[in-house]
Amino acid sequence: MPTSYYLGLSAILFGLGVVAFLFKRNIITIFMAIELMLNAVNLAFVAFSQALGQLDGQVFVFFVIVVAAAEAAVGLAIVMLIARNRQSLNVERVNLLKF
Amino acid sequence: MTLPIVVFFLFAGIAVVGAIALIVAREPIHSALSLILVMVSLAVLYLLLGAEFIAAVQIIVYAGAIMVLFVFVIMLLNAGVEERTNFSRLAKYAGLPLAVFLAIELGYWLVRGSQGPAPAAVSSASTRALSQLLFASFVLPFELTSILILIALLGAVVLARKES
Amino acid sequence: MLLLDHLWIVLALPLAGAGLCGLFGRRWSQTLVNSVAVGSVSLTFLAVLEVVREFMQGAPDHARSFFPWMMAGPFRVDFALQVDQLTVVMLLVVAGVGLLIHIYSTGYMAHEGGYYRFFSYMNLFMFFMLTLVLSANLVLLFVGWEGVGLCSYLLIGFFFRKKSAADAGKKAFIVTRIGDFGFTLGVLLAFRQFHSVDYHAIFSAAANMPVEGVGHYGVLTAICLLLFAGAVGKSAQLPLYVWLPDAMEGPTPVSALIHAATMVTAGVYMVARMNVLFVHAPLALTVVAVVGAVTALFAATIALVQTDIKKVLAYSTVSQLGYMFLACGVGAFSAGIFHLMTHAFFKGLLFLAAGSVIHAMGGEQDMRRMGGLRTKIPVTYWTMLAATLAIAGTPGFSGFFSKDEILFQSFAGPLANRALWAVGLAAALLTSFYMFRLLFLTFHGAPRYDEHQTHVHESPRSMLVPLVILAILATVGGWLAAPALWRGANHFDDYLDPVFASANAVLAMSQPLNLPAETHILEIELMALAVAIALVGFLVAWWFYLRSPRTPERLAASLHAPYELLLHKYYVDEIYAFLIVRPLLWISTNVLWHFVDTRVIDGTVNGVAHGARGTGGRLRQIQSGNARSYAAWVVFGAVLFTGLLMGLLRMVR
Repeated sequence: MPTSYYLGLSAILFGLGVVAFLFKRNIITIFMAIELMLNAVNLAFVAFSQALGQLDGQVFVFFVIVVAAAEAAVGLAIVMLIARNRQSLNVERVNLLKF
Repeated sequence: MTLPIVVFFLFAGIAVVGAIALIVAREPIHSALSLILVMVSLAVLYLLLGAEFIAAVQIIVYAGAIMVLFVFVIMLLNAGVEERTNFSRLAKYAGLPLAVFLAIELGYWLVRGSQGPAPAAVSSASTRALSQLLFASFVLPFELTSILILIALLGAVVLARKES
Repeated sequence: MLLLDHLWIVLALPLAGAGLCGLFGRRWSQTLVNSVAVGSVSLTFLAVLEVVREFMQGAPDHARSFFPWMMAGPFRVDFALQVDQLTVVMLLVVAGVGLLIHIYSTGYMAHEGGYYRFFSYMNLFMFFMLTLVLSANLVLLFVGWEGVGLCSYLLIGFFFRKKSAADAGKKAFIVTRIGDFGFTLGVLLAFRQFHSVDYHAIFSAAANMPVEGVGHYGVLTAICLLLFAGAVGKSAQLPLYVWLPDAMEGPTPVSALIHAATMVTAGVYMVARMNVLFVHAPLALTVVAVVGAVTALFAATIALVQTDIKKVLAYSTVSQLGYMFLACGVGAFSAGIFHLMTHAFFKGLLFLAAGSVIHAMGGEQDMRRMGGLRTKIPVTYWTMLAATLAIAGTPGFSGFFSKDEILFQSFAGPLANRALWAVGLAAALLTSFYMFRLLFLTFHGAPRYDEHQTHVHESPRSMLVPLVILAILATVGGWLAAPALWRGANHFDDYLDPVFASANAVLAMSQPLNLPAETHILEIELMALAVAIALVGFLVAWWFYLRSPRTPERLAASLHAPYELLLHKYYVDEIYAFLIVRPLLWISTNVLWHFVDTRVIDGTVNGVAHGARGTGGRLRQIQSGNARSYAAWVVFGAVLFTGLLMGLLRMVR
């Protein structure tokens, strides 16, 4: 399987993640879009790891997953605070820090 | 039409469909489930690439823990259909072109970059080899990430506490 | 220990006096201010006497540098002072006459406010004038030059609450500034040519340069003309003389010291000092002579009809300075300096005596309201008579010898010019007339003022003693240079010969052959002519003002237009105001202020602020608070950055 196919898929998934990130309004959904983007990147890492015959790519993936976990935990805690505060999960309602 | 190719296109297709479903879904819970679908298909693709350990970790940690957390929060907050506000004109009009362009740009460079030296022999990446790498060369980041998890844990607890 | 090796002491004394009086004098009694100010000038005079004594006894006259002042690459100016014969003459005149006027001022200024300030400024003036005279290089000379200009400004505007006095001070400073600009250019050009500003270096280099005759004008002519421009301003020649009559707003001792005896003569001193340069530039000498002669006649015509006693003397000073420049211009530098000395005596005396008259009349300065003062203030009268006889050129008096020498040199000297001689002679006629006019109007005839209102009293001794001393000098001072046919030898010329030796040599070479030899007969003829002219002036004045007093009025009425022209000083001030002052003010207001300052400079500064504000105002729109908008910007940035990064990598590859 040529590596470029995997990479193409990775790019497509990343792009779809960006689209979701820009067009969804629910904070949690936006978060999930970020996770999608991270997954796309992970795929690229693993593909390269196989292509180059080195395991470093997989180590990276390992760390990405760990950090994504930590980030998700803290991020969702913040989301809960926002929901409590603004009574809404619409990201466009969180707009007080402006000029 | 060998098996790897079929498997690849099948699960790649499922992943893409899942991603599109994430975008199109109106309820956040549906988006969450779509994401789980994407992750599972990616795990299969990892297996195809010979990264068994990563595939396992993907299922156990990513799909099994992180996404479960997401689902918990969605249910806790009773997230429903979102209202369709459109305060940002930039995102509305420039968002799609930008995203498409980004995807094409990334794809282009990635594919170009991968057309370098031919892939070496497909070594069956054993967990043993991976762990040797992890605990020898990358022991410092490893320890740091454990601290990171501790911090995240503490942070989450502090943030989500009820005012008392 | 030679004072010559510590010449700076001569300068330090008046400077100390100025500093002490200025800083502490406010709370001092008048006696204390007198002691410090007059004391410092007395000590200065004694120091000058000592310096002269040492010099006469054969001490070397090279320049002594006391400390290096400016050093910038090849440009080096030291605080260097020197004494030679010319310096001796100037030192004695400045210190001697200065001391007499300081003593006089203690009486004259006794009832004026700001007493300590006056003497502080006067002492400061002495310091700067002595610096000018003692300097051994052009830059230190210029320091003194500017310094006396400053003191002149301060002293003219001494009664600063009076607008006319303040304006006169400003006018003096600004007009002399124009000349000083030329002077500065001359100094810079001299440095460029000779790579030094020291007299010694310049003179030895210039002596080896060819004389720049007709058609071969070069850098020496340019330097001399530029330096002379400064002299035109400082010594009130045409066309920069306009500040001197206005300077009469200052107290009379100031007019005597600064605007008669010393500061205005700085230009003459400078030309005489630079004689080596000037004789190598005949065009410059011609310019000097012509300007001097024309100014002499021009100012004399204005003095004919003035009614303020000090204004008459002011125009007379301008005229006499013209004579000094005429002398220098025809190559008779020594005669010019001689006239400088005698002029210091008789003009200083005239001003001081006029001050005595004004003091006696309780402040009146208009001669039409005087008359018959001869019997009431006799000492003032007799001293003023002596001065008038001197300036008119009465045989035996100092002014006779000096003026006669100038006229003779302009007739038959090395660079003689008959036309200039005729102009000088005409001016002598007018001088005699207007001076006797002044004397008769003030002291003779019936009193034209209310004798019950104005109580005329003689001045105190502090004022009279200097008058008497100056009168003696004005009478006998000329015998120093009595020409050969009288019993004396021309000691003055001989004394100054070392200073002008090389110049005289150059002039002798360029003497045209068709001039008659300097015979004694020619001298006697010219002398007789000059005396006859003076006598004519005296007789006409006597006729107009004593014998037939109605004649001036009738003459003025019948020659109405010329009379008005002279009375209004040829409208020169009005012409300058129209041609120069008003356009300048217009440019300052409309161009420099309204346009450059308000629109360009303020506009730029405000514009920058405005631009920053505008840019900020537009940029802050990005902070909309909308997270989706931020997200879009992030993606945009990612696109750009990826492209940039990969592009750079590709280029590196």
